[in-house]
Amino acid sequence: MHREGLVSIWFFIGVLLVIYGALIAGSGLYELAAPPEHPVVLAGLHAEIWWGALLLILGGFYSWRFAPRRRR
Amino acid sequence: MPISLFLQAAGFRLVSLAPVDIAIITLYFAAVVAIGFYLKRYTKTGEDFFLAGREMTAWIAGLSFLAANLGSLELMGWAASAYQYGILATHWYWIGAIPAMLFLGIVMMPFYYISKTHSVPGYLKLRYGEPARGLSAISFAVMTVLMSGINMYSMALVMKVVLGWDIHFSIWVSSLTVALYVFLGGLLSAIFNEVLQFVLIWLGALLISIIGLIETGGWSGMVARIASNFPGQNYTHLWSTLGHFSDNPMGIHWTGIVLGLGWVISFGYWTTDFLVVQRVLAARDLRSAKLAPIIGASFKMLVPFIVILPGLLGLAVLPQKLVGEGQAVASGAHSYNEVLPLMLARYCGPGLLGLGITALIAGFMSGMAGNVSAFATVWTYDIYRALIKRDSTDAHYVAVGRWCTLLGVLISIGTAYLVMQFLSIMDYVQALFSFFIAPLFGTVLLGMLWPRATPAGGFWGLLCGTLSSIGMWLWVKLDPGALRYIALSAHARDMAENMYRALWSWIICVTVTVLVSAATSPKPAGELEGLVYGFTKLPSEEHLPLTRRPIFWAGVVAAVFIVLNIIFW
Repeated sequence: MHREGLVSIWFFIGVLLVIYGALIAGSGLYELAAPPEHPVVLAGLHAEIWWGALLLILGGFYSWRFAPRRRR
Repeated sequence: MPISLFLQAAGFRLVSLAPVDIAIITLYFAAVVAIGFYLKRYTKTGEDFFLAGREMTAWIAGLSFLAANLGSLELMGWAASAYQYGILATHWYWIGAIPAMLFLGIVMMPFYYISKTHSVPGYLKLRYGEPARGLSAISFAVMTVLMSGINMYSMALVMKVVLGWDIHFSIWVSSLTVALYVFLGGLLSAIFNEVLQFVLIWLGALLISIIGLIETGGWSGMVARIASNFPGQNYTHLWSTLGHFSDNPMGIHWTGIVLGLGWVISFGYWTTDFLVVQRVLAARDLRSAKLAPIIGASFKMLVPFIVILPGLLGLAVLPQKLVGEGQAVASGAHSYNEVLPLMLARYCGPGLLGLGITALIAGFMSGMAGNVSAFATVWTYDIYRALIKRDSTDAHYVAVGRWCTLLGVLISIGTAYLVMQFLSIMDYVQALFSFFIAPLFGTVLLGMLWPRATPAGGFWGLLCGTLSSIGMWLWVKLDPGALRYIALSAHARDMAENMYRALWSWIICVTVTVLVSAATSPKPAGELEGLVYGFTKLPSEEHLPLTRRPIFWAGVVAAVFIVLNIIFW
């Protein structure tokens, strides 16, 4: 979209993914320190940590690439 | 999806959310509403509100096109079907979508786009006149809000079963959130949020497939486990079991899949249902409008990996056998419909669980926003402006569109409560919606490709096709033995009946349109410009490099589609 001043949807997505990534990875790290009583199947994979990290990287890239100031 | 008995089984919850999960879900709601408020200032004219200013890139329009279709129960419903019918459910994503989406992009989109219509009924007005537009607009508007209400009720039911949420809370919170952001920013807001929802759906659901395949040791390990858990049944072949109605769990023959689903139902839905076509009409130019369905098709081919695969993995790894709704209610066992939440609970701890639930909610909301924004457009342009108040200001129609958004949501909520009281309404309305899709495809297709089709032919073809579909449905309801005539076999099941009924109603629509057109006067050639093949100057793409041409990418998607079907044959 080229409407004057309109922030790209990819920026909003990027910001949300950064927050989600931090929350999910943080939750995974907490579980590493304090393992839950009833772990999920294949808990040893620590999916929260690497999936959260993936979201952080993706979100960080989109936030940077489509940041309003950068697009101008 | 048959979930009418779900409510009775909803005395427990499948998963419990941690504070981090609730934070993730709350943030999602805050984000979609914030986007609505942000976009309000960019939504001033009718073109802005109803067609997002026709400024969308091919990617945005394509992803939104697909997200609007994900609908309220897409993820849960088709995962359940995969558990019940195996990989056959994939046909609804591949042959039941890809050829039609490519056809829309390459053949039909130029006529929709060049005619500058605001809607599919609007195209019928230009091509056939007011009667055809009136018939399709009223049927579409009514059915859209009714379907939206049914989906809303089904979503609330799912949230009650999965999370233990109060059914009224789910209905009001989710529907008012959608109403608010579509009211504020119109189609622009709906499309922005649909792209966000599309990304969240993928990120929330993909992990189940990844971890599931790790647990089973890959695809071959999964197939081996399914064969061991369900000996003598074939859940993992796409075509090889379709030689006879009784050879596969769906009770369908390959002709039903190819002609009924792959041709009539799929082409009817993807090329004429305004809910999805509206997203493509918002594209910024013709090339983007042609590319958008092709981009949508490429992602559609991948959706089985987040919807069908979890269902198949459920067959392989879940310790308990899931059963149909009736049996689940009677025995207290888990039903097919719970396969996705069960898989989510199996692999996802705090944080990831919140993301998965957010993916489900995002799916529900993107489908509902699609319904509501399409309803507002058709009501405002094709009913209110055409039949009630012809000459008013653009600002007036935008205001009407905004209030129609709220009206549509309120009718949907009313329908949801009505369904809650009378569960059988759900089956009737879903059947009713299917009556219009196949004949409408016949009418639009002939309108675009056959200059001789006349206004009377278009109207009577559409009417007869629709009435014949209703007639066939009633016939089987009153006399189940009629199934052998409609679906060509007494062994056919509900799914097969739908396929063949659609095929017959399409044939009747086309036949009547041709016969009536032959007996009536065609429109003058000058009035067909921009609407019909041979009378429309299509911009040449020869100056573009090959990789920028829509036809090239359509060829690539078609090739991948063929290869996937061969791999999973």
